[in-house]
Amino acid sequence: MIADLGKYAAEVLSAYAATAVLLGGIVAASVWRSAQVRRRLEEAERRASDAG
Amino acid sequence: MAARSFWEYANPARFTAVADRALPFLWAAAAGLLAIGLSWGLLFTPDDYRQGAAAKIMYVHVPSAMMAINCWLMMVAASLIWLVRRHHVSALLARAAAPVGAVMTVVAMVTGAIWGQPIWGTWWAWDPRLTSFLILLLFYFGYIALCAAVEDDAAAADLSAILCLVGSAFALLSRYAVNFWSQGLHQGASLSLDREEHVADVFYFPLLVCLAGFVALFLALALTRTRTEIRVRRIRTLLGADAPR
Repeated sequence: MIADLGKYAAEVLSAYAATAVLLGGIVAASVWRSAQVRRRLEEAERRASDAG
Repeated sequence: MAARSFWEYANPARFTAVADRALPFLWAAAAGLLAIGLSWGLLFTPDDYRQGAAAKIMYVHVPSAMMAINCWLMMVAASLIWLVRRHHVSALLARAAAPVGAVMTVVAMVTGAIWGQPIWGTWWAWDPRLTSFLILLLFYFGYIALCAAVEDDAAAADLSAILCLVGSAFALLSRYAVNFWSQGLHQGASLSLDREEHVADVFYFPLLVCLAGFVALFLALALTRTRTEIRVRRIRTLLGADAPR
């Protein structure tokens, strides 16, 4: 049985779209910052080992 | 023995190693469970006899609302561990989880407003549960702002832990507001251990899958962000004052 969203289609689809945008936003921001900080840590460790 | 093994995760290196191993599974579980649960709920469940297809908003609204409350309660537990045992990883976990909880709260409020408009005839009402959720969101914003505003890490963790404990009253109020006050537009619980109380099985099982997906997503985000905070601390230790915050 595949649902016909009928007169509530706009509300249902906009609720799912808003959820996707908000959750997608925090996932993207978290993964991007994680990769950026990881690169910075590798660089800092390399600098520390070169200096020491 | 079990207690000793639990406290091993307070070691940042141990925590990071466990997070590295767990994260691929958590991300895969989150993606798989959300894909199955949301498509099951959206495409393969019948309309509700009173609300029609609008009831399908439940599959994003209920799990996000539950995670908004449970994230704060997890932050309370982590804050208590910080205040009592001074484990830095617990303070970083609370700090890292706060933006995730804030987003879950916004998702619950936005989807609730979209659901409420056709069913209640209004986007917003000063209903006990809606109002306590708004206050919970303000606590999240206050917590995030406090963490960002205080430069000393230990002082920031202390102050934010106290704020977290105060806010726990509103997290619990958000959960139980519909039981305290009979007035208000918001319906009762959709999920409950009492089978008489929760929604019919045809809606209940896809809702459980969605809930499991949101839990996996929350854990994946919280672990990823905590690992990032641990690495930022490590960079600051290596570079001293030159390190970016």
